[in-house]
Amino acid sequence: MCLAVPGRVLSVVETDGTRMAEVDFGGVRKDVCLEYVPDATVGEYVIVHVGFAIQRLDEESAIRTLAGFARLGLLNEEFGERGTP
Amino acid sequence: MKYLDEFSDPDLAAGLLEQIHASVTRPWALMEVCGGQTHSIIRHGIDQLLPDGIEMIHGPGCPVCVTPLETIDRALAIAAQPDVIFCSFGDMLRVPGSGRDLFTVRSEGGDVRVVYSPLDAVRLARENPDREVVFFGIGFETTAPANAMTVRQARRLGLRNFSLLVSHVLVPPAIAAIMEAPRCRVQAFLAAGHVCSVMGTGEYPPLAAKYRVPIVVTGFEPLDILEGVRQAVGQLEAGRHEVRNAYPRAVRDEGNPAAMAMLRDVFEVTDRTWRGIGMIPGSGWRLAERYREFDAEHRFAVGDVRTAESPLCRSGEVLQGLLKPDECAAFGTRCTPRNPLGATMVSSEGACAAYYAYRRLS
Repeated sequence: MCLAVPGRVLSVVETDGTRMAEVDFGGVRKDVCLEYVPDATVGEYVIVHVGFAIQRLDEESAIRTLAGFARLGLLNEEFGERGTP
Repeated sequence: MKYLDEFSDPDLAAGLLEQIHASVTRPWALMEVCGGQTHSIIRHGIDQLLPDGIEMIHGPGCPVCVTPLETIDRALAIAAQPDVIFCSFGDMLRVPGSGRDLFTVRSEGGDVRVVYSPLDAVRLARENPDREVVFFGIGFETTAPANAMTVRQARRLGLRNFSLLVSHVLVPPAIAAIMEAPRCRVQAFLAAGHVCSVMGTGEYPPLAAKYRVPIVVTGFEPLDILEGVRQAVGQLEAGRHEVRNAYPRAVRDEGNPAAMAMLRDVFEVTDRTWRGIGMIPGSGWRLAERYREFDAEHRFAVGDVRTAESPLCRSGEVLQGLLKPDECAAFGTRCTPRNPLGATMVSSEGACAAYYAYRRLS
């Protein structure tokens, strides 16, 4: 459950009083809660764990990490049907 | 060096390994706390690339593995009730309770659902006002802020059919317990990076000083782990015991203040039993009194459960670093990911599952 994946913020919306974002994880898009990284803006990268951004990440690190995760099949593991966090 | 070509930057990995090999003058035992790190170490054969004297001891950092049996049994009892939608992360479904698992409850007609985010469970509660929706709130400091948010959301939305079965565990008290254990061999820790993304590093200096143990905050990718080992071994060889952050791109010393504020509001520290290890004082969170209406243990009468652990399972010793998975007689024979005896074989981040997936399977 420690796996957390970097993703790029595509858009930010307020839903039921909660700051949410659409985040792109190397092609997979998910709704992510931004309440804990409230200053994150469109285009920035954040580290996401179980649907919540927990920190910002610089673009270079994020892209490198995403490439590594994709190579190892970890993105499927994270976002696949099994639903393992 | 057979695995080096699998690293994202083999040259960098080779350089780090060279530095580690050059600095080691005697054996050292390092514990990686997090199951994600264990997984990465075994997947990439990092332990086999290190100098012979450097031993990686796998720590208890898999929340699925350490969730106590009585809590699993309570989860099973709640999930089996007719009006309940029971939500969990995927790994929890196969964790054996005393007699069965959540998959069995589902096959018997229970409405057990896997969610990606705890907020999905809140959504289910909104969409099913005539059903009780229960989310299994497990995890370390990384996951707890997400679960805490569900309670705040449920209150804001006025939901009366949502509750949390809470079994959160905290890393720093576990580090203290490991160091206090009579058979402890750990001389340095690779601390779990994303736990520190939330909590920061402030709790570690007193532990490093008290137990004279280096603590290096470490990420999860192979190069991160090699860098963590390099810094830990460097300290050990120099006789130092400091806290270092080898994962600065994701960890700030102050952690995540917004998440910490939410945790302090929703939870309070409690003693917590760790499966296979026993009670560790102050090592868990429970819902604070003012959120008691969202506590599934309060809402459902499941306090009285009788537990029965498999007598063959030695996952407790594995979780404490006293036994390697393949040293257990049941490993790979009586106990496999398909038919696990204990939680360390169930969770994909459990040490036994990592050994089974990547090594020593004939």
